[in-house]
Amino acid sequence: MLKAIRVRASQGRQYVPDLRAAVPSGFRGLPVLQGDPCPEGCRACLDVCPTTAITLAPLRLDLGRCIFCEECALACPEGRIEFTPEHRMACDSPTGLVLEERRPGRPAVAVARALADLFGRSLKLRSVSSGGCNGCELELNALGNVNFDLGRYGIEFVASPRHADGLVVTGPLTANMRGALELAWEGMPAPKFVIAVGACAISGGPYAGSTVLAREFLGREVPVLYVPGCPPHPLTIITGLLDLLGVDLPAPPADSASATAR
Amino acid sequence: MTTATFIAPVASLGLPTGPFFDAAAIRLGAGARALAFFGQPADDPAALTLTLALEAGGRIEVLRTDVPRSQGFRALTPAYPALHVFEREIHEQHGVVPHSHPWLKPVRFPSPGPSGMTGYPFYSLDGKEVHEVAVGPIHAGVIEPGHFRFMCLGETVHHLEVHLGYQHRGVEALLLRADPRMLTPLVETIAGDASVAHAWASADALEALAGLAAAPDVDASRGIGLELERIAMHLAGLSGMANDVAFLQGAATYGRLRTTIINTTMLVCGSRFGRGWVRPGAIRGALAGGVADAVRAALGLLKQDVGIINDRMRSSSSVRHRLAGVGTLTHAQALELGMVGATARASGLEVDLRGDLPGALYARLPIATVVEPVGDCLARALVRMREIDASIGWIRAALDAHPGVVRSARPIGPLAPRTLAIGLRESWRGEVVHALETTAEGTLRTYKVQDPSLRNWHGLALAVRGNEISDFPICNKSFDLSYCGHDL
Repeated sequence: MLKAIRVRASQGRQYVPDLRAAVPSGFRGLPVLQGDPCPEGCRACLDVCPTTAITLAPLRLDLGRCIFCEECALACPEGRIEFTPEHRMACDSPTGLVLEERRPGRPAVAVARALADLFGRSLKLRSVSSGGCNGCELELNALGNVNFDLGRYGIEFVASPRHADGLVVTGPLTANMRGALELAWEGMPAPKFVIAVGACAISGGPYAGSTVLAREFLGREVPVLYVPGCPPHPLTIITGLLDLLGVDLPAPPADSASATAR
Repeated sequence: MTTATFIAPVASLGLPTGPFFDAAAIRLGAGARALAFFGQPADDPAALTLTLALEAGGRIEVLRTDVPRSQGFRALTPAYPALHVFEREIHEQHGVVPHSHPWLKPVRFPSPGPSGMTGYPFYSLDGKEVHEVAVGPIHAGVIEPGHFRFMCLGETVHHLEVHLGYQHRGVEALLLRADPRMLTPLVETIAGDASVAHAWASADALEALAGLAAAPDVDASRGIGLELERIAMHLAGLSGMANDVAFLQGAATYGRLRTTIINTTMLVCGSRFGRGWVRPGAIRGALAGGVADAVRAALGLLKQDVGIINDRMRSSSSVRHRLAGVGTLTHAQALELGMVGATARASGLEVDLRGDLPGALYARLPIATVVEPVGDCLARALVRMREIDASIGWIRAALDAHPGVVRSARPIGPLAPRTLAIGLRESWRGEVVHALETTAEGTLRTYKVQDPSLRNWHGLALAVRGNEISDFPICNKSFDLSYCGHDL
């Protein structure tokens, strides 16, 4: 008993009170595209990007492909790409994930009213990893730890697709998992929806060119939420979910400029 | 000086088939450990090149031969079962038969047909009151997919078949497509919870091919990243094991301690998983000034608090009841199977690349090999606890010996032609092997990746024999093997 109390005392208070405002120190998160147009003919960032996330004239960076490796920022002779610790970058559409020069702001998630009404106070999720490297899977697990404590919002991961409202897909979708993924989806009762977590799920990520993927599922069942990252920070996932369900939204004026710009 | 990386011109390696297998049998019979055994297309399209890498007495030896594809070769597995999965992989990847292999089952279904994943040749158990339980590929928790089939008499497991391959995403094919100098971001996702280990082994091999010797600060930075990765994943393992035996205080406490460590990793390299810490020729994980202080502070907190929770977990009778004597893999079984890493050390095997092939880094900054003799779930938990302590000590020593490690980059020049380089690093799961071979033009001809899970999955199958099905989750968690690292 005394040992249990010692552990409890050492534990202290660990939860992050305001998840949206949290700043993950050192995190290589949302990039910003800054400065004057690129010099004619320069393609330094393109040449080092492992996932073809970048296009030029105008400079665009697709967060759905980006694995946040920083190679572009280091290669750019003009310092036009800078990664910031901003973790809020989930989006409700894939086009909203494409950053473009001279278009400030970050991707944002509009409240999905129908989902908010149904699941705003109780949401059950089923995870299916289809070729995930255990990065996204560990971060999904971290959502439930004492720091992020997803359960405080009535959101939890369940064991059976039968009990689930939302399917969280991670990994690039392998051909060998095609059948199991379809079965899990079929087993979920309607109304139901899909969330794509991580660069692999959103675009194939570093595996986009592989010949042993089967990505039809995500072409057919269009996700309601895209969470970029490799892997995404738990804060990116959780604030994306909260924004989607309209949970604890901050008062409008403080943050409205960046939240609505897309 | 011993080195952790092997490099040799391909021309120096070839043996005729007979002498190759004779030499292999002699070395293996004398106790050499097989690090890797793989096939690749030979210059002659009718032949397959086999490469066997062995370790004995702190030395790596590589044997190589060509065998005719149509004839196959006589399997080494009957005499040396540790090679079973290597020969199965050679068969699956190249269609060349290792004759008399007792267990020639699929490894990962690299190119499934229409019924691919439903065609696994399971063994079956006949008899009264015998039944089978099938689990997966999708499991109850948030984990990777794989299929387990238990053959049981009542609640007792007689045999477990582990059917993997669901995570196969074509890693080795993709590694041959891009510029070898720019592969690290992909390499970091081979087993994304062992990013530093894979990236380091890959960088070792590439730098050897480019004739670049890693400077002491480069090694130290990577070594610190590797030990932070080990601490984090051992904490994740202990948290998961505590959760699986309903010791929730342990699950919560180890979980938040892991948060502290991976946030420290993020402070150094921007990613909680060590992505970006290692790049060939470069130091990206800078450890100077405030960052080094932050690492020390995190280790100080961990050292104190992990001791408190370890003490509680070790002395809890309900925890011991669920872990002691459960899922035992004996020393003899571990040795016969060629188990590696923390799992092998929990069965009394003294295998650890940091001690066995120390190279300059671990010769200068040695780390004690942690061994527990019993081989049950408790032993696997104890190895984790003790290795966390050892890693804390090692990182502190490395920070003291290398004050002010700053970012740097050296260009990777042309790669030596027709050369084989093998990088090996001791990840938290065990040895990671990256074998790179160049063409006459200095491009990559072969990229062979090996995660320790490839060899260790069968250990889990043996460990659950005679146990109850209800103990499978704790057994599985105690091994904590990678599905994606196995499936590639």
